[in-house]
Amino acid sequence: MAEFKHKTPLIDQLETGPWTSFVSDIKREHESRMANPKGIDFQFEVECCDDLLGVLELSYEHGRTHWKHGGIVGVFGYGGGVIGRYCDQPEMFPAVAHFHTMRVNQPMGHFYTSEYLEQLMDLWERRGSGLTNMHGATGDIIFLGTSTPQLEEVFYELTHNINQDLGGSGSNLRTPSDCMGESMCEFACFDTQEFCYQMTMEYQDELHRPAFPYKFKFKFDGCPNCCVAAIARSDLSFIGTWRDDIRIDQEAVKAYVGGEIPPNGGAHASRDWGAFDIQKEVVGLCPTGCMRWDGSKLEINTPECTRCMHCINVMPRALRVGLDKGCSVLAGAKAPILDGAQMGTLIVPFIKVEEPYDEIKETVIEPIWDWWMEEGKNRERLGELIKRQGMQKLLEVTGFKAIPQMIQEPRSNPYVFWKEDEVPGGWKRDINEFRKYHQR
Amino acid sequence: MAFISSGYNPDKPMENRITDIGPRHYAEFYPPVIKKNKGKWLYHEILEPGIIVHVAEGGDELYTIRCGGCRLMSVSHIREIMEIADKYCDGYVRWTTRNNVEFMTDTKEKAMSMKDDLLARKQPGGCYKFPIGGTGASVTNIVHTQGWIHCHTPATDASGTVKATMDVMFDQWENMKLPAKLRISMACCLNMCGAVHCSDIAILGYHRKPPMIDTEYIDKMCEIPLAIAACPTAAIRPAKVELPDGTKVNSVAVKEERCMFCGNCYTMCPSMPLADTEGDGIVLMAGGKISNRIDAPKFSKVVVAFIPNEVPRWPTMTTVIKKMVDVYSADANKYERLGQWAERIGWEKFFEKCELEFTHHLIDDFRDPAYYTWRQTTNFKFT
Repeated sequence: MAEFKHKTPLIDQLETGPWTSFVSDIKREHESRMANPKGIDFQFEVECCDDLLGVLELSYEHGRTHWKHGGIVGVFGYGGGVIGRYCDQPEMFPAVAHFHTMRVNQPMGHFYTSEYLEQLMDLWERRGSGLTNMHGATGDIIFLGTSTPQLEEVFYELTHNINQDLGGSGSNLRTPSDCMGESMCEFACFDTQEFCYQMTMEYQDELHRPAFPYKFKFKFDGCPNCCVAAIARSDLSFIGTWRDDIRIDQEAVKAYVGGEIPPNGGAHASRDWGAFDIQKEVVGLCPTGCMRWDGSKLEINTPECTRCMHCINVMPRALRVGLDKGCSVLAGAKAPILDGAQMGTLIVPFIKVEEPYDEIKETVIEPIWDWWMEEGKNRERLGELIKRQGMQKLLEVTGFKAIPQMIQEPRSNPYVFWKEDEVPGGWKRDINEFRKYHQR
Repeated sequence: MAFISSGYNPDKPMENRITDIGPRHYAEFYPPVIKKNKGKWLYHEILEPGIIVHVAEGGDELYTIRCGGCRLMSVSHIREIMEIADKYCDGYVRWTTRNNVEFMTDTKEKAMSMKDDLLARKQPGGCYKFPIGGTGASVTNIVHTQGWIHCHTPATDASGTVKATMDVMFDQWENMKLPAKLRISMACCLNMCGAVHCSDIAILGYHRKPPMIDTEYIDKMCEIPLAIAACPTAAIRPAKVELPDGTKVNSVAVKEERCMFCGNCYTMCPSMPLADTEGDGIVLMAGGKISNRIDAPKFSKVVVAFIPNEVPRWPTMTTVIKKMVDVYSADANKYERLGQWAERIGWEKFFEKCELEFTHHLIDDFRDPAYYTWRQTTNFKFT
């Protein structure tokens, strides 16, 4: 057993209980580094895991963080991808005096082979702390903790030996991410992985060299279940949908009704909810009431369906998404700072997702960027620009036609702007002409 | 430790530089059964908590075992994941959007022998290394942030609050007995990195004291107009201040009664720190969701204005979370998410049933939209 310099009685209490313990894991890495059975010539502090636990213990004592504000580090050629971090007690914890994070652009869908992970782990064990986040909330592989001189070395090995780039940080296009999509899911309405990959490659410059007023995120969800949370966590959300009928296998519907197939793929199996009741659990919960079950046949009135996924989720073996697939695009999601949290607002109800994606790039992404890059204020997210200048301005710059699908409800206040050319006679008027008919 | 060059030449930094190559192509990492059946999946079924089978048009099957992950993972732990992937899955593995690990294999037999192996792997303190669960109507992994491990603006810790909560919620992780899935998220400050604003239950680090001003340094360290523009409530204005030695410096003044402690000025200006032992703690939010299932996505709402940072296990916080989950579980209809349930019964009933104190902090007072959160009807329930 390796020695630990720091006593950590508080965080040691997080080594019990059933859930996997990050404290035990960091200790394991410390022991691995100290034992060093492979004889690695560590390029970052050998005792960093011990010192990290020490800093964390001190934070538990103080109830405050011990990382200094900010930190600007990186690699030449790029304006982002590395988050600098310095400890505010470097004498007590010298091995984490520098503790920078490197964001590594994950493969789409977070699929890996152990061969590829081996390359990444070898590199990070040698040149970093041996600690990671799998994954950052935006999607990146996070290399957690290294020194400034190692940044270029890690980047060189990543790009030369592993054919792998950094992800994004700063006022730029952040690393796009996606749900598992067609790779493993029967609900997917487009190839989220390919679209995400192609957009990541298309906009490498925007990702690596911040040119925007603020950060900008893409996320790709294969269907409205939103497993990568595009609608809440990306400035432009691409969410799969379809325009034609839900495909119904009436025999399979009967099998559900007969209790041969568990509802919702068996998602409620640990509790007795009684026998499946299609009327109560599907038809009665449909938000638009567009379904009918007559005891032997299920009918869906397609024009009334809003494609919420509920019936498909409950009976995945009987109901399938339509064949005329594409995606909806929603814009403006963000966290609260500054003006309040926003979810994405529907701006394109339906667009085909087909390589090389020119229509989406040319009619959606780039016109929005052109507008926001020109008009957006310093640190103003797209969602806030839409609030400040109005949905109408977004329509004007993109050329989208105003349609009722874009709103939850029409405005209730009558403070309606008109453009001068929409009003007969325009706005230039002569008061004397008016006075001819209306005395003072 | 002797410096070992990667081949990078610091004297000629732009020479041999490779840039803009992006991520590796995902298809390199697809297991063969996925490569073959991509886009051809017919249906799926959860065989038991944490184990899913997908069936393709041609009849091919894909068995997936979902294991909890800490998100914060060591190289050693990932090597163990690789070893398991090599042993049972021909070296293939993936992570989910909630930071669980999924091992995929093409037969049920391999999946079941892998299951026993995974559950037998424990850490020295007895924690599972690879707890199995997180599927269906369960509490799955907690999307969380950096906390005191790596960030400079947190008001609480991320990894610790998450471990404490998942230990208390473990029974819900390894079972599927809730009315619907229940998403818990955590963010250590209100930048809300992650999913706090759209989760069934959310843990949010919060401050309760205005920033201190490091007057001597502020004009040297900060772009003062940016700090002023960073304030959502316009509590900050420029000010000239005289230091004890008589020098006049440019600084800022904070109107304390207008500050709601968001910390965004500190994000922009290192001379305005606000972290505080007693002041900082946890806000709990509830009722958010992301999916469009049945009704539209919802923001989570603040339901507990403050719980202190009770290190290392935050017992008050986990007790309140467990109470909310238990009451929701007992009261909600099948398929009803926590927010849908709270809206159906009315938030006044939510507070009554969950035995949560309602305080003035929970009433919105941020700008014009606050009005729309008050009750403009006589329809309410007596509690």
